Amino acid sequence: MTEKEIFERLLEKFKDAIGEFNEEVIQPFATIKAAEVEKVCTYLRDNEAFEFDWLSNLSAVHYPHSEEEQAEQKEDELEVVYHLYSFKHNHKMILKTRVPVSNPKIPSVAMLWRTADWHEREAYDLLGVEFTDHPDLRRILLPEDWEGFPLRKDYVTPQTYNNMTVPYPEEKGDLHDE
Amino acid sequence: MSDIDTKMDGNIILTSIDKILNWGRAGSPWAMGFGLACCAIEMMATGASHFDLDRIGMFFRPSPRQSDVMIVAGTVTLKMASRLVRLYEQMPDPKYVISMGSCSNCGGPYWQYGYHVLKGVDQVVPVDVYVPGCPPRPEALIYGIYELKKKIMKEQHLSKRA
Repeated sequence: MTEKEIFERLLEKFKDAIGEFNEEVIQPFATIKAAEVEKVCTYLRDNEAFEFDWLSNLSAVHYPHSEEEQAEQKEDELEVVYHLYSFKHNHKMILKTRVPVSNPKIPSVAMLWRTADWHEREAYDLLGVEFTDHPDLRRILLPEDWEGFPLRKDYVTPQTYNNMTVPYPEEKGDLHDE
Repeated sequence: MSDIDTKMDGNIILTSIDKILNWGRAGSPWAMGFGLACCAIEMMATGASHFDLDRIGMFFRPSPRQSDVMIVAGTVTLKMASRLVRLYEQMPDPKYVISMGSCSNCGGPYWQYGYHVLKGVDQVVPVDVYVPGCPPRPEALIYGIYELKKKIMKEQHLSKRA
């Protein structure tokens, strides 16, 4: 099945939960509502027509607002991208969903695909997406006492961590002169 | 029969305590391989048969308690730095540190935007020899080890320091 066909089937089944479909890009994707992620994914995994048995990737992106959007007092958004693949049917699908930074809650899919467990922990670790009903949502790469989410665009690198200097120390010479 | 047996038969060798201690220490610097990134691959290649660290008396020990030299090979993250210090403290004296590659020398490619990288392992442990390169070839690491040996040979334990 092509992405277009899958999207149409989803639209038929879930209606409001499904947003728009973009096939201008190399990998066509569908946007869905954050609250419905788990329902849609369960359907895609268990329905015989799709049988998406493999979550090849789960990643997140931070979209800061542009100046125009700032004027409209729009909030920064976090986007989570799901790359699904079916070994049986050899077809794939990409789902994207967005949540506001102030309330970044998305239902976890870790119980559908076990691989999502660590992927979601990474997205939480680096971008601060909160996956509800995740079995063990804590930092995976950074130290447990780390503050902030480094891959957000507005992240400020700390000066020290555990009494260690984080920025490049001046006594090591100036590398800025070019 | 070795040279010592044939040529030195019945003779006495005179030397200073310092020299013989240093000779012993420089002769077998057992290493704790601290492989953290791609430098570790070069370090392993140095230990393998083509370059063969055994011929200069060095081989890797899995425990800090049995090692004399810590070869920090790779990117030291802030998370790893505290663990690195702990392992360094577990090594018995005399202990030495070789900083291998740009990352452990100064942060390497992460020097500017590496929010998670320690900008040089010398921020947390004293370093004896820096080996530049990204990653350094085995020849460079072996050169670094010989430099460390030279440094060890100059140590003064009993005689007064000049």
